[in-house]
Amino acid sequence: MTEKIFTKDAWLETLQGLSGDYRVFIPVKDGDFHVFRLLEKGTRPDFEYQNTRLSPKGLVYPQSERMFEYSLDEKDPESNILKEDPKDYSSQAVVGIRPCDAHAFQIVKQNFDNPEYRDPWWVQHFESTTLVGLGCNEPCATCFCTAMGGGPFDEKGLDVLLYDLGETYLVKSLTDKGKDFLSKAEGGETAEEGKRKSAAELSSEAAKGMPEPRKVDPIREKTINDLFEAPFWENVAFACLNCGTCTFLCPTCWCFDIQDEVQGKQGDRIRNWDSCMFPLFTLHGSGHNPRDQKLQRVRQRFMHKLKYYVDKYDDGFQCSGCGRCVAFCPVNIDIREVLQLMSN
Amino acid sequence: MIEYTEKIRAVAKKLLEEGTVDVFIGYRKGSVPMMNEPLLIRDPDKVDLLHWDSNCGLNLSNYLPRRTERIGILATGCNSRNIVTHIIENQIKREQLYIVGVPCTGMIDHRAVKRAVGQKEILGVTEKDGSFTVKGKDFEETFEKADYLQTNCAVCRHRNPVEYDELVADPVEEQEGVEPYNDVKKIEAMSPEDKTGFFQRLIARCIRCYACRNSCPLCYCPTCFVDESRPQWVGKSKDPTDTMTFHFLRAYHCAGRCTDCGACERVCPMGISMRQFTKKLNRDAEELFSWEAGLSLEQRPPLDVYLPDDYNDFIK
Repeated sequence: MTEKIFTKDAWLETLQGLSGDYRVFIPVKDGDFHVFRLLEKGTRPDFEYQNTRLSPKGLVYPQSERMFEYSLDEKDPESNILKEDPKDYSSQAVVGIRPCDAHAFQIVKQNFDNPEYRDPWWVQHFESTTLVGLGCNEPCATCFCTAMGGGPFDEKGLDVLLYDLGETYLVKSLTDKGKDFLSKAEGGETAEEGKRKSAAELSSEAAKGMPEPRKVDPIREKTINDLFEAPFWENVAFACLNCGTCTFLCPTCWCFDIQDEVQGKQGDRIRNWDSCMFPLFTLHGSGHNPRDQKLQRVRQRFMHKLKYYVDKYDDGFQCSGCGRCVAFCPVNIDIREVLQLMSN
Repeated sequence: MIEYTEKIRAVAKKLLEEGTVDVFIGYRKGSVPMMNEPLLIRDPDKVDLLHWDSNCGLNLSNYLPRRTERIGILATGCNSRNIVTHIIENQIKREQLYIVGVPCTGMIDHRAVKRAVGQKEILGVTEKDGSFTVKGKDFEETFEKADYLQTNCAVCRHRNPVEYDELVADPVEEQEGVEPYNDVKKIEAMSPEDKTGFFQRLIARCIRCYACRNSCPLCYCPTCFVDESRPQWVGKSKDPTDTMTFHFLRAYHCAGRCTDCGACERVCPMGISMRQFTKKLNRDAEELFSWEAGLSLEQRPPLDVYLPDDYNDFIK
């Protein structure tokens, strides 16, 4: 573990100096909200932010990614052969990622990188990524990372963690990837005891007043059928528009749809984020749709995150408590309330 | 408008107790400031959950199609016009409805308020008469509601419900002299290239979540054209042409039907002003056919009927 102190100006210069080693992504203010952007000449990062509107999951798992391309021209000797589309796996660093979003990558990893299945694209993008977190001095009212097994300075899933000490950052490496990142990051001074103490104080201060950790037990102890048939789903689902805001903003939603797009004799096979809120999500080739009602789709989203995942992976909930769905659900469906209903 | 809440509860209680309606559709107070959640209640003892304030900017008529019960529903000016549109389009029967009209003084533009406090986190909002106060960790500011209306509310000409069984308050004064189409005129004056660029920039952030479509009471098709897979009309990736196709076609499907309720813009997680599409069509409907959607149960919409003196200058 290395701990260094950078002034905020020096940190920015250091990041700019890393452009030969990494594609550095940083939070940038874009209109009313923040997005992660590639740090280039003239890009101004804004680390005084709460969180980005879209989670950084797209940097590892793009909303639309071309998997293969192919030719349908029968004169082409390689006609009808799927050829993998070249992808950029050069090292990238996501600097300023919040601990909840780093935790979320660990959750998504359960799906894309496990003993039964390794998704080649997700894994390669993820392995080429270094996550440089920024602890949250002031979590939002919609944040509930502490309830989901994380915390405003939680180190889970991070390679480096930054503590904002006002004028300076304390920068702490947590993994080999993180150590490597810091060894390339020029400048900075060794963190003395006083600064380390301030960092620890920040961390305990931030968690004060945040929700208590949520036990999975009350939900795990219930049978799937009991929860599935619970009477509250009608009320929970009533307001839902079945839009994709919650699933697309969510850092832990991983579902995708594969589409072939053909123009003339040239075809692309594309993987797109999908959403369990959409009626097409479970539409069968036969025309039958096992989830053709709104209630069924709403229930699926919460059951997947708070019950099926819990039962299947024995690793907490499929939620890192970032609060995006709480803050931006257009009709104010609040997962914290649903969790309460399911736990009662 | 928060003062309507008690009256709304009383009306709902009476309707449910007397069996005039089976269900009542309104809002409950949200768990997040400036957000309220649409609510359906069946039990007269639950009416205290009902809430009303200047953050009820969704369109409740969206929850009507395919319902079979007798329904009590709150309706502002624009919401009532969408109910009329639903009735005309056979999505719900007038006899099924008990419309509780809400004379509306406009909804607060939550994004404008966040901008006004420098995007600081708002922890609470209270409203009184024509103003509202927002509170955060180290600030408290009071604003005049009239200065922070949703942009559609600022140019609204039908604040009072057009169709109702009962009003929760006396009608409010309609806004005089509003010029609803200044933004459309600006776009109309652009060159074709500039227009293309304008619309491309407008939707560049779209993530195809379809919140705009799904919050819109006009979008009740059993299968939307973007969800058709046999054949598939539109690609599902973030390809700009597909995204543009979605927005253009959706807008065209709303021609002569849109009441400019603003729900599409209110719900967009990316803050896209997609009313720029529908407003042009509203203007055309108004100028070419003297038509504003949902004002009367008696008249058929312009795209529904043929009249020999219809505008036909586009036929060359």
